[in-house]
Amino acid sequence: MSLPDFFVAHKHEVLTLMGEHLWLVGVSMLLAVAIGVPLGILLSRRPALKSLILGTNNIMQTIPSLALFGLLLPVPWIGARADRLAILALTLYALLPVVRNTYTGIAGVDAPVREAAIGMGLTSRQLLWHVELPLASNVIVAGIRTATVITVGVATIAAAIGAGGLGEFIFRGLAMVDNNVILAGAIPAALMALCADFVLGLIQRSLVRRPVRTHH
Amino acid sequence: MNDSPAAAIEFVNVTYRINGNRTLISDLNLSIHRGETLMLLGRSGSGKTTTLKLINRLLAQSEGHVFVDGRSTSEWDVIQLRRHIGYAIQEAGLFPHYTVEDNVALVPRLERWDVARIAVRVREVLQLVGLPYDEFSRRYPDELSGGQRQRVGLARALAADPQILLMDEPFGALDPITRAELQHEFLELKKSLSKTIVFVTHDVAEALMLGDRIALMDSGKLKGIFSPAEFLRSKDEAVEPYVTAFRATQQILNSGA
Repeated sequence: MSLPDFFVAHKHEVLTLMGEHLWLVGVSMLLAVAIGVPLGILLSRRPALKSLILGTNNIMQTIPSLALFGLLLPVPWIGARADRLAILALTLYALLPVVRNTYTGIAGVDAPVREAAIGMGLTSRQLLWHVELPLASNVIVAGIRTATVITVGVATIAAAIGAGGLGEFIFRGLAMVDNNVILAGAIPAALMALCADFVLGLIQRSLVRRPVRTHH
Repeated sequence: MNDSPAAAIEFVNVTYRINGNRTLISDLNLSIHRGETLMLLGRSGSGKTTTLKLINRLLAQSEGHVFVDGRSTSEWDVIQLRRHIGYAIQEAGLFPHYTVEDNVALVPRLERWDVARIAVRVREVLQLVGLPYDEFSRRYPDELSGGQRQRVGLARALAADPQILLMDEPFGALDPITRAELQHEFLELKKSLSKTIVFVTHDVAEALMLGDRIALMDSGKLKGIFSPAEFLRSKDEAVEPYVTAFRATQQILNSGA
């Protein structure tokens, strides 16, 4: 059976697995942004925590994904369901680029800009919302973009612990020694990564120069 | 403000140490009169910028008191204190993601002025610094020359009509011609505005030209306060190198003429 024939014959399964894949990536990225951006902001306020948080995150990245899935298996509640476990692991992987870029973006705001803002009487919160986050936004989005592309790839491994997603095809194809089945998982996953990269790239570029037109 | 004391800003026995040991300012006593332009003159590292930042509490003194409008800066709500004081710095520090109008309108907006009043004020204050509203209000800082950015920085500092204005080498990074232009306009401006201005510079000519009084600083100590005329006549050994350098420049200029 040729690859197009395979897609036609298995279109329901392809769509289901794509849906699962999107779900795994989407939830993980939402969590990674929801945790990572505030962590990055915290780092910019408490640089003493930098080595602790970035270090922990770095170590996380060095753990092979398959091993991380295995390590999390005995954790109560999390280990009880494969998708929870996969989402936690993916979130941990996605965290580093988000935290690091949020921190780098904020730290990269020109010193005179920050000094003028503080000197004019912006509160710490106003400094963050009016100045630091808008100016850091393209760097933060770049981090989210990197993290998303990584997550789409790593999420294929989630199938190894039964969390579903396009990895199902890849592992099945490996077991059957059938390239078409492998490609049926790999190609949609690659397309998904490219799409995410493209869309987030557009957003990032739109933020580069003039992130905020206030009012008018 | 009629009941406020004569001194707009007063330093009483102020010492500032960094990390508890290195002393950047020692035992500073200085009274800045309402409506005057006081130049803080000194070399790099003399403590003039540190002194300026003690006024709006970007830095907090280790000992002594700084009074603004008769009230110790440690008693002021720090945000209120800073919004009460205009602040203009060398690189202007404009927000690159805001238009000229949004930059200038920032403090009035934070202070919740109504929209119509802000619109009028932005026009007025841009006019004041020589930037016609219709031409400049929608530009971004990277579409301005260095001199224009500095003008916007000044307009922004003046926007909420503060009675006190702190300026940290505002013309320091400009080319000589633009600088001379802005210095002349500043002279006109300060006559019409009657604000208390504290102006940091390392340029003797600038200090002599723009200041009502000159406070000379060296190694974190105040060496004396002089009117421009007194400064030029002074036999003080701290003043002498400045006057010598200034006269040398003038002699070269004269001999060339």
